[in-house]
Amino acid sequence: MSYVVFFIAALGTLTGAIGVIALKDPFYSVLALVVHLVSLAVLFMLLQAEFVAAAQVVVYAGAVMVLYVFVVSYIGGQNLPGAQGPGRAGTLAAFACAGALLVELFIAVLGSGLKAIGTGGAHVAAGFGNPEAIGAFFLTKFLAPFEIASYLLLLAAVGAVTLARRRGGLESGIEEPAPRLSVAEFMRGRPYYTGTQHETLGRPESLPPSRVKEPAK
Amino acid sequence: MSATTAAWLVLAAPLAGTLALALGFKVLPGRSAGWIGTAAIAVSFAFAVVTFVKLQALSPAHRELSSTLWNIAKTSGVDAGATILVDPLSVFMICVVAGVSMLIHLYSVSYLQGDEGYARFFAYLNYFVLSMLLLVLAGNFLALIVGWAFVGAASYLLISFWYRRTTATTAGIKAFVINVLGDVGLVLGTFFIFRHTHTLDLVTTFHLAPKVFASGSADVTAGCVLLLVGAFAKSAQIPLHTWLPDAMEGPTPVSALIHAATMVTAGVYLIARMHPLFQLAPAAEDVGAVVGAVTLLVAGTIGLAAVDIKRVIAYSTMSQIGYMIMGVSAGAYAAGLFHLMTHAFFKALLFMGAGSLIAAMGGDQSLDRMSGMRKALPFTFACFLVGSLALSGIPPFSGFFSKDDILAQIGSRGGWYWGLYAAGYVGAALTGLYTFRMVFRAFFGEPCAEARELIDTGHPFHPDQPTNPANGEVEDTDVGFPGPEHVIAERATPMQIAMGALALLALVGGVVGIPKTTSWLDKFLAPSFANSTLHLSPSNTLIYVGLALGTVIAISSIAAAWIVWVAQPGMAQDIAARVPAVYRLFVNKWYFDELIDALVVRPAAWFGRFAQGTFERVFVTGTLIGGSTAIVRAGSAIVRSAESGFVRYYVALVVIGLGAVGLYFLIQS
Amino acid sequence: MTIAWYLAISALIFAIGVGGVLVRRNPLVILLCLELMLNAANLALIGFSRMWGNNDGQVFALIVMVVAACEVTVGLGVIVAMHRHRLPADVDSMRELQG
Repeated sequence: MSYVVFFIAALGTLTGAIGVIALKDPFYSVLALVVHLVSLAVLFMLLQAEFVAAAQVVVYAGAVMVLYVFVVSYIGGQNLPGAQGPGRAGTLAAFACAGALLVELFIAVLGSGLKAIGTGGAHVAAGFGNPEAIGAFFLTKFLAPFEIASYLLLLAAVGAVTLARRRGGLESGIEEPAPRLSVAEFMRGRPYYTGTQHETLGRPESLPPSRVKEPAK
Repeated sequence: MSATTAAWLVLAAPLAGTLALALGFKVLPGRSAGWIGTAAIAVSFAFAVVTFVKLQALSPAHRELSSTLWNIAKTSGVDAGATILVDPLSVFMICVVAGVSMLIHLYSVSYLQGDEGYARFFAYLNYFVLSMLLLVLAGNFLALIVGWAFVGAASYLLISFWYRRTTATTAGIKAFVINVLGDVGLVLGTFFIFRHTHTLDLVTTFHLAPKVFASGSADVTAGCVLLLVGAFAKSAQIPLHTWLPDAMEGPTPVSALIHAATMVTAGVYLIARMHPLFQLAPAAEDVGAVVGAVTLLVAGTIGLAAVDIKRVIAYSTMSQIGYMIMGVSAGAYAAGLFHLMTHAFFKALLFMGAGSLIAAMGGDQSLDRMSGMRKALPFTFACFLVGSLALSGIPPFSGFFSKDDILAQIGSRGGWYWGLYAAGYVGAALTGLYTFRMVFRAFFGEPCAEARELIDTGHPFHPDQPTNPANGEVEDTDVGFPGPEHVIAERATPMQIAMGALALLALVGGVVGIPKTTSWLDKFLAPSFANSTLHLSPSNTLIYVGLALGTVIAISSIAAAWIVWVAQPGMAQDIAARVPAVYRLFVNKWYFDELIDALVVRPAAWFGRFAQGTFERVFVTGTLIGGSTAIVRAGSAIVRSAESGFVRYYVALVVIGLGAVGLYFLIQS
Repeated sequence: MTIAWYLAISALIFAIGVGGVLVRRNPLVILLCLELMLNAANLALIGFSRMWGNNDGQVFALIVMVVAACEVTVGLGVIVAMHRHRLPADVDSMRELQG
């Protein structure tokens, strides 16, 4: 019985993963990830990590993915440039890298001398993955990481608010249509030779015509 | 007070004078700088006399005293201190140097008055006297080389004293460069000697020399030849002589002191001092003697054709030093030094007279324009005549005894030295000729305009615009150029005292070396040359024949000069027109300057141009610097290409790196 | 199922995540692929926790989840800021750090 559940869940995981990277619309990618997350929760349950599975569904698939959905809706999906990939060579190289990594991981994990992975796992008590057990750990052995993690969450929240903050109030709104700019435009406000290496090397074509100088020796 | 203490005080006085004048040159009023300088040298001379007296109080065997003030270097290889050597030779030299310098300082007190650089002049002059005294008192090679270099520096400073004159500064540089060549020879010669003796101390070297050097061995010969190079450069012998005529750009007292009486005699002193080494290298001695002989003849011929009065006297100096070098190289040490002393007297006197003459001419130095100054400058004429008679070797003047002493001793060596003997007398004839050419042209004949002005009005001629006598450039009388005053001896008591003293010495100075009667100088210098293997004693015949021959030649050359330049005016031009090539050779100073230009200066300039234009541009800048920077830039470009700016590319690199690390650990386990 | 299977799936998901990061140009999707990789690590952790029979791995996985949430928050904030300034949502065009 557990085999069947395992295979279905595994299939769901993999399908979701492939969907994330293959689907063109970011919105559909988010949805594929949700499928993946839920299947992963099932796998967790099979491994008797019930609490983690629950947390996965509630926190990850529930909160984080909803956040994603918000942002994707805000930004828009298909009319974004960059929908097309890097081209055949790039894709091939990327999959070669990933494939190499996969092979290596397989060798590392499965080819290692760990005999225990050939078993179903050590004998565990009934309340192995219970919230009770995890909670006890959080409050005794892993108290410090627990507290630090909560601090990290605080930082992230403050950071997110700061990043997305509007400068100058509601008037400088995003309503007026403006031409597409590039990052360089924003960096040009600085005095010269305080910018990037690109600027500093004095490539004439990257500078405005009035300040082109002969190339540095 | 011992002799060595007095000797140190001899050095201390001009040092104090130099410092006082150098530090206070802006605040010393009027001529006080001159009096301070003169006083310093007078004190030095007084202590020189004290040293002489104290030394003579010791027995002859003990008259070689060394004194070290402090240790400069005490290492395993070199042991050198600030050492002076007080023996008859050095005492003789300090008396002559300090005495003549004192008189020249006195002369300069009046001669240079009104010059903006008056105090600077005396500071330099005191510095020169200090250096020369250090040179002759040196007790080891280190002090000798230091003194040698210092006199070269002082010579440069004084030749270019009127530094806004380009002719003076180029002359100073020429003198310095040739002197440096001599310095190199001196130092290299010292190395060759040091290699075997392992000591810099002079006394020790001379004791060890016969033991470590076989007579005529290559090292000692090479060392002595190199020392000769130094001597020739300093004493203006051929081929390193071209600086001396140009050095006449300096003020006349400088010419008198440095380029007649003292600095140019440093070479003679060197050979005399190093005589134990030279006697182990007969080949070097021969080189010295031959070069001395050649110089005295060549310089004598040029003196017949030169037009600038100071240059005539300069070539005369060159010629007379040829005598001295010939003498000390052939082993006639006391005779050579005797001639050094008498030459100092009469040559300084001649220069002083020339200075007065030039002042009367308003700064003009050309013999072509001088004539008939006899009545205008009676005192100058008298002193000049005394000096000329001494130079030509007329008895009983001092030059007669000293010159014939050298030639008699050279003749007594026999063999090929008879050639040098003959050259010496030919040179004596030339000497009489060119000396009295000067006298007759400048003082006899119709008085020139300047002389007429002086006779009629009693005031010396004053040009409207000061000009450089060498090239006629107009100048002013501010600092760096001569001052506006032209002081003649008849008007200045200090000058008269100095010239009078020297005239007296030129007249009676020979008394210390009258052959067969008084041999005071020989006896005085004997302890210094006791270790000489050569003992020249000319036979009585040789001496008397030499004296007679010298007198005859001198008188006949003066008579010939009278005929050519006084009795039959125009005869000189006729003779010159009959042998134009010879005349051109003499006027162009035997083309030595052109020879050195072609052999040394042009290749050096070409090499400099080549080094800068080709070598430096192509090799150093292009290949070395350009190449290394190009390599670095290429490398940077390669590395820079990894920064593409693409995030995904960076991620790929991270993944690859991660994989590599994992692979490493996999393989390890 | 033996633990090996879970670990194999974890490796697969991780590789897929890496491929996705390298291939996609939209920053949002790249973040999603990052999530994939984090989840693969989580799965491996849970698997090993089961293998050893103690809960350390599960606690670790929970902390990883917390970190992932923070990272998503900040990352999305950056993307929103980019969109606000009208920058194109394309990692390939933001290459001013080139050179």
